[in-house]
Amino acid sequence: MLNIPIKDYLRETRIFNARLAVTGIIVAVLSVLLLLRLVYLTIIDYRHYATLSQANRVKPLPLAPARGLILDRNGAVLAQNFPVYTLDIVPEQVDNMADLLAELKKLVRVTDTDKKNFDKQLSERPKFEYMTLRSYLNEEEAARIAVRLPFLNGAELRARLQRHYPQGGLAVHALGYVSRISEQDLERIDKSAYRGMQHIGKLGLEFMYEDLLFGRLGFEKVETNAHGRALRTLERIAPAAGKNLYLNLDAKAQAVAEQALGKRRGAVVAIEPSTGAVLAFASTPTYDANAFVNGIEPAAYRALLDDPDKPLINRALNGQYAPGSTIKAFLGLADLEAGSGIDMNRQVFCTGSYNLPGSAHQFRDWKKGGHGAVTLHDAMVQSCDVYFYRLAVALGPERIKNFLAPFGFGRATGVDLPAESSGLLPSLEWKAARGLRWYPGDTVAAGIGQGSVLVTPMQLAAGMGTIANRGVRMKPLLLRGYEDPRTKERTESPATPAQEVPINDKRHWDKLFENLMDVVHTNRGTAYRIGYNAPYHIAGKTGTAQVKTIAQGARYDERGTPERLRDHALFVAFAPVEAPKVAVAVIVENGGHGSSVAAPIARKVLDQLILGGPADPKQAPAPRPTPAAAPEDDE
Amino acid sequence: MNRKLLLIDKPLLYALMFLAALSLAVLYSASAKDASVTVQHFLRIVLGFGVLIGFAQMRPELLERIAPWIFGVGLVLLIAVLGVGSISKGAQRWLGLGPLRFQPSEIMKLGVPLMLAWYLARGGLPPSWLRIGVALLVTAVPAAMIAKQPDLGTALLVAASGLFVLFLAGLPKRLMLIAVVAVAAAAPVLWSHMHDYQRNRVLTLFDPEADPLGTGYHTIQSMIALGSGGFYGKGWLNSSQAHLEYLPESSTDFIFAVLGEEFGLIGILLVITLYGFIAGRALLIAFYAQDSFTRLLAGGLALGFFLQFFVNIGMVAGILPVVGVPLPMMSYGGSSILSLMAGFGMLISIQTHRKIVEL
Repeated sequence: MLNIPIKDYLRETRIFNARLAVTGIIVAVLSVLLLLRLVYLTIIDYRHYATLSQANRVKPLPLAPARGLILDRNGAVLAQNFPVYTLDIVPEQVDNMADLLAELKKLVRVTDTDKKNFDKQLSERPKFEYMTLRSYLNEEEAARIAVRLPFLNGAELRARLQRHYPQGGLAVHALGYVSRISEQDLERIDKSAYRGMQHIGKLGLEFMYEDLLFGRLGFEKVETNAHGRALRTLERIAPAAGKNLYLNLDAKAQAVAEQALGKRRGAVVAIEPSTGAVLAFASTPTYDANAFVNGIEPAAYRALLDDPDKPLINRALNGQYAPGSTIKAFLGLADLEAGSGIDMNRQVFCTGSYNLPGSAHQFRDWKKGGHGAVTLHDAMVQSCDVYFYRLAVALGPERIKNFLAPFGFGRATGVDLPAESSGLLPSLEWKAARGLRWYPGDTVAAGIGQGSVLVTPMQLAAGMGTIANRGVRMKPLLLRGYEDPRTKERTESPATPAQEVPINDKRHWDKLFENLMDVVHTNRGTAYRIGYNAPYHIAGKTGTAQVKTIAQGARYDERGTPERLRDHALFVAFAPVEAPKVAVAVIVENGGHGSSVAAPIARKVLDQLILGGPADPKQAPAPRPTPAAAPEDDE
Repeated sequence: MNRKLLLIDKPLLYALMFLAALSLAVLYSASAKDASVTVQHFLRIVLGFGVLIGFAQMRPELLERIAPWIFGVGLVLLIAVLGVGSISKGAQRWLGLGPLRFQPSEIMKLGVPLMLAWYLARGGLPPSWLRIGVALLVTAVPAAMIAKQPDLGTALLVAASGLFVLFLAGLPKRLMLIAVVAVAAAAPVLWSHMHDYQRNRVLTLFDPEADPLGTGYHTIQSMIALGSGGFYGKGWLNSSQAHLEYLPESSTDFIFAVLGEEFGLIGILLVITLYGFIAGRALLIAFYAQDSFTRLLAGGLALGFFLQFFVNIGMVAGILPVVGVPLPMMSYGGSSILSLMAGFGMLISIQTHRKIVEL
């Protein structure tokens, strides 16, 4: 074997060993590098890869919570959830797709669009997933499929809960509605909390109390393989159903209010003075909220937008109107309080018009020829404008504003609804800020609620409630409380005072009540037509707000004025006077007179809320208050 | 002279058996608890050890004599596979012989170092320019044929095993320098001749996230498997990456990722230590070998073994491109185990048939 010379052998050994040493070193270095890489992956980057591995493995499937119901104060359902059915197919469980589709088409209507959508899913998604063939099956269709289901391999009927408003448009402006989650919604909500959800509260209470109503999404953590097939459920976090909301709203009174308004454009707000509970919140015309739940048809939406009566506008919350003579209810108290301005015993002689000193401009009284000599009591009962012109001038704009502000005018009442309008309580600064001068005439007009002052029906009701509650203004609340549907644990919304009207003499409330009651219950009162047969005592004030400016020397002619330029009819009231339970404000746009149009609506709502239904005509009317004798002395 | 009944190198044998046992455990998990796969692997290992013992008893002189023949047969089979080989996963690598199917390229992993060790030893070290030229040709022809199948991984291993032998034989430094320059110059040409998938694999190495569901997918998933194993691992049979089918080729080329995920860094260290020990032992055998043929053969086999596990683990760990190189012993696949065991048999034969007492 070893036939090579020893010299060569040694040389070869030397060469080989040198080369072997080099390779040995290279092998060692590469091994260390490899090890370092593995240590890096498993130790330094462990968290990163552990997370990725978990993300690979576990997929959370959202479980939708049932949305909370909305009920009125007596438990009548205003918003509920209704099962809707979807016909799904799991392709891998189907024996013969063509046969199955033919069979299903015999049972329910499947349009070409349905079929196209289904084919699209079929080509794009794994065969073990649910693919929708038809949505929104009605009860009958669902039943027809359900019966045949055992023979329809791969077909599945899946129920989903959908929002439904059983009373249609009733209180729609208070309730709002849920609808499809839009791009804008996605920008403001926590997307992860709504995964897999399609609907969200858009308006009204549905929007305001979305968090309570929605509940919490549940999750099923399923292990999935690389193809997305769910293999087993690792963990299930049950969804927490939304809270059931109990409203202060009285559905019957709400219906009465809406029916009383009828086809007219208007609003009724009724609240409980002692708590601020909103008992009725009507704005007409209404519309059916159910149309919005699954995205309204463009044509139907267009029709709502183009409707000249603008049903989508929430008049009770966002309608801003001149209060007209209803403001006299509040200014009457200012008169009593101010004392120094116009002595309350003093009589004003009303000639039917008022001129500012040194001005030829005539501020007319609604009654041609005037009311003659009137006290504050007479001026309120008969709604004498001239008295209040003088009062306003005597008080001046700052005192008027400062006096009206605590009643909640000029700012949002804080009722639990989104996007409330604040109305307008003009001040000298407000006008100055807009580069406008405050004319003495502005002050005069303010005395009868005309000019720049604007109120919402919500504010008027809250203001009337403040009077009824003797100066303590309560924050208006639609939500009475909410209940956890599982534990039945109930949480009440507390009644919270918002502000107290500062008053020098508490007896002025009694005087004001008396004056307002006489508006309704004495035969000279402007609202006598609703008071003469009322079985309880009502304190109220009518109002007629001018829409069109009447030229100097001309008279307003209702018949000759186009409907949209006619006066708004207003009425504010509370009852029973002795222990007020309800304060109400009614506005009928272009309705004409407060006394003839708005007051009867208020009476119906009051009857419903106080008597539980229309007054029995045979029932004896409440005894007449003592006719206003000579005004009493201060002491 | 050793006169034992069975000639064997115990440290090497025990290390290989330990590795084989471990491979069964990992493969059982990686194959989604497929007992038949595991049993088949076990049978191949048993057969492999038989082959190993067989080669170990063969005297190196005999090995030297049949070396050119083994190469020759291998070459003929390679030609055959290009002609009539069966296609699997887009590559023509397999040759059916009755019920048996095997990859002739695996024979060349042994054939090339055998042939070169024989050829270069005959001429004495360092080799002459002519012999270097012939040796390069002997390496390049089978490597090119294997690359044509296409099986880039094995082609690289075969080419490398030839170059290792040449290097150990004393390839002039000047030539190596020229070669490095030449390769650098030829790289663009080589690049233009590569298949698209081969190019993508190289590119993927630099940025696996660029195509996470395409060419980067293997690397990303194997790194997730390794990294999420952490220090202690998720425990045997708990590789979610493999069981949920995120990790492709989990029982063949990417089995190391399963090991890492289930046994963590501890398992990785154990296996790498075993591989390192085996490679080291093989290099030691080369060092102790007493003539040029056995030295060159042992060195070539040792380095070939090292390169194979280094490339495989490097690829699983995301530092080398994805080339189809199985992890020796661990990966499921018959031809690979047999050629591996035959190689170790030759190494043991070299170790146990030394004639001269230490100088």
